[in-house]
Amino acid sequence: MKSIAELEAIKKKVLDNVNLRKEREDGIRVVVGMATCGIAAGARPVMTALLEEVSKRNLGNVVVEQTGCIGICRLEPIVEVFVPGEEKVTYVKMSADKVAKIVTEHIVNGNPVVDYTIGKAEN
Amino acid sequence: MQEISLHILDIAQNSIRAGAKLIEITVTENLKEDVFSFTVKDDGCGMDEELLKKVTDPFVTTRTTRRVGLGIPLLIAGAEATGGNVKIKSKVGVGTEICATYSHSHIDRQPLGDIASCMMSVISMNPDIDFIYTHFYEQKSFTLETRELKAVLGDVKLSEPSVALWVKEYVNENLTEIYGGAS
Repeated sequence: MKSIAELEAIKKKVLDNVNLRKEREDGIRVVVGMATCGIAAGARPVMTALLEEVSKRNLGNVVVEQTGCIGICRLEPIVEVFVPGEEKVTYVKMSADKVAKIVTEHIVNGNPVVDYTIGKAEN
Repeated sequence: MQEISLHILDIAQNSIRAGAKLIEITVTENLKEDVFSFTVKDDGCGMDEELLKKVTDPFVTTRTTRRVGLGIPLLIAGAEATGGNVKIKSKVGVGTEICATYSHSHIDRQPLGDIASCMMSVISMNPDIDFIYTHFYEQKSFTLETRELKAVLGDVKLSEPSVALWVKEYVNENLTEIYGGAS
């Protein structure tokens, strides 16, 4: 059974990791659309998969955030990736299955997964 | 929306946008009286009477990115399909309280679904807002209060992925417990 005391151990681990990191400000931001349209289309499992993948790989420079409706509801769930100094990449019609590939290829290795982007979906 | 937990997640987003500092989410399952209900109560900006009257209209929304707002109308449709209802109380400057009631045994009642993931999402995405989640099942109950977690975590934020995943598992384990063991 989990107890709140376990959080102490998690806290220690996180703090140890923070000391090794660069400033969070130059980190990568991953933003999930969580309005009614996003939620109904399946944003929640995408969000869960992102948190799991980031945690598993111990990616200290990545923050996962949420936003409201982006205005293109038919392409939800939408995930935007902001890498400092680079153009924003918008992934559409996301699913939990696509998350691992985006984290590995884009967030870790720096190569956007073009097949999942809005540019590809609209063509 | 296939799960009631998704409605809860959706309604909670309204509280977040209303600038709430404390959001209380309560789920009640009373099999004897055949009631399934949930309440989302916030201390956000609230709505005036005029907006409160119109808020159930799908063509009313305060957002600017699109012209429809389906969150509350979908919630009402789901509750009414089971013979239940949705009550909204709101006061400008005080906050809003939405309560949806369903017939627990009705065949059209959506399942609760993955409420643990929903709580993880709202808590980890809004580390500066306090949440109190209480779940009653028959005589048993479970409460998660983020202020208690913050007291332990100190400088480490609830948005930290490893902390978020802990929240999800913590909720799941406690729900299994109040449901009486095997889930």
